[in-house]
Amino acid sequence: MSAALQTSARRASVRRWGGLALAAVAWWGLYLANQPFWDWLLGSVAGLDLTSRLGSGVHFFFYDSVKIVLLLTGIIFVVTVLRSFMSVERTRALLGGKREGIGNVLAAGLGVVTPFCSCSAVPAFIGFVASGIPLGVTMSFLIASPLVNEVAIALLLGLFGIGPTLMYVGAGLVIAVVAGFVIGKLKLERHVEPFVFETKLRGKAVDSSTDLTWDDRIQMGLEEAISILRRIWPFLLVGIGLGAAIHGWAPEDFFATYAGADNPFAVLIAVLVGIPLYSNAAGILPLVDALYAKGLPMGTLLAFMMATVALSLPEVILLRRVLKPRLIAVFVSVTALGIIAVGYLFNAVL
Amino acid sequence: MKIKILGPGCANCANLEKATKQAVTELGIDATFEKVTDYADIASYDIMRTPGLVVDEQVILSGRVPTARQVKDLLAPLVG
Repeated sequence: MSAALQTSARRASVRRWGGLALAAVAWWGLYLANQPFWDWLLGSVAGLDLTSRLGSGVHFFFYDSVKIVLLLTGIIFVVTVLRSFMSVERTRALLGGKREGIGNVLAAGLGVVTPFCSCSAVPAFIGFVASGIPLGVTMSFLIASPLVNEVAIALLLGLFGIGPTLMYVGAGLVIAVVAGFVIGKLKLERHVEPFVFETKLRGKAVDSSTDLTWDDRIQMGLEEAISILRRIWPFLLVGIGLGAAIHGWAPEDFFATYAGADNPFAVLIAVLVGIPLYSNAAGILPLVDALYAKGLPMGTLLAFMMATVALSLPEVILLRRVLKPRLIAVFVSVTALGIIAVGYLFNAVL
Repeated sequence: MKIKILGPGCANCANLEKATKQAVTELGIDATFEKVTDYADIASYDIMRTPGLVVDEQVILSGRVPTARQVKDLLAPLVG
């Protein structure tokens, strides 16, 4: 490399890492300034009483919106850059030839770290099964991937701290491993649409994770953060709006009376309500946050959130392309049972 | 050159097609376009993330939407 090239490479690297460092400092500054800023603007400037219903509701809305958008941008960026070293193709190669059991554990873990969007659930399902990965192992991957995702982790961490986040991730992994294992044991292969097994993989898989420079990865991180925010902002606004309404207006003991720890059916009902709902963690967590403040137990809330993000009507319709109704029913009920069990367990130990 | 755009008809597929058409025009390649929307057909190219770009039955890209310039870089060496 010539001296001129070296200098320009060094300059590019200084610009890249210096820019990142500046962005990180700006992010941290905004995060710290968020609460004082809204206290000041709504309390001192607008003259709202922040302990009143209206005041606390409005404050919750603005403060939470900014906080959640900041958390999402930061964590999606970091996670996308890290995940750019993984790919579905590599995950499949790692899973190839693994037995059930160990395969389920590996698949669930890889479901968390592999960059994957549920919009690709169908081609990935075909690609896994057609290449000989057992059905149950494939299902472990497909359950873990939406259940334990970066958006959920970012928000749980920001709103509830490290403890509930670890619990959520651990529970999500266990559900994915066990549900996939059970589906494998039930020998449901004949309830997969036959064309999946008949698919001949003639192409050569392109691994999109190789040949990327740091600039590419950073670019991908930025694009992903922007694209996820663009996709989820309606969910986010509705969630935060509902959360703010609950925060400001719902009577203090309303939810605790009907869905509190004393009600043995609370988890069951929360999961049944959450299954058909289509939202993502960004829409659900502001609600969870507000309901938790109103005294609902964490287990019930996490179960509600898991049921909403892991199972939904649109996803079931999508999977119908490759799975017959019987297998879809088994998939939904096994996963739901796992979530219900986790909800009761958390309520009991916390 | 036979170009196939693989994907179930999502926004990403439309964007990929647009970028590819632009690249083809800029390179002055004579190409035919075909959309592959059937999941069985898509999967047979061993693509696990849509959209996918196939040129003369070779998968050259999957799982992301490139810019027209990136497509140009990918297509240029294939012009024989």
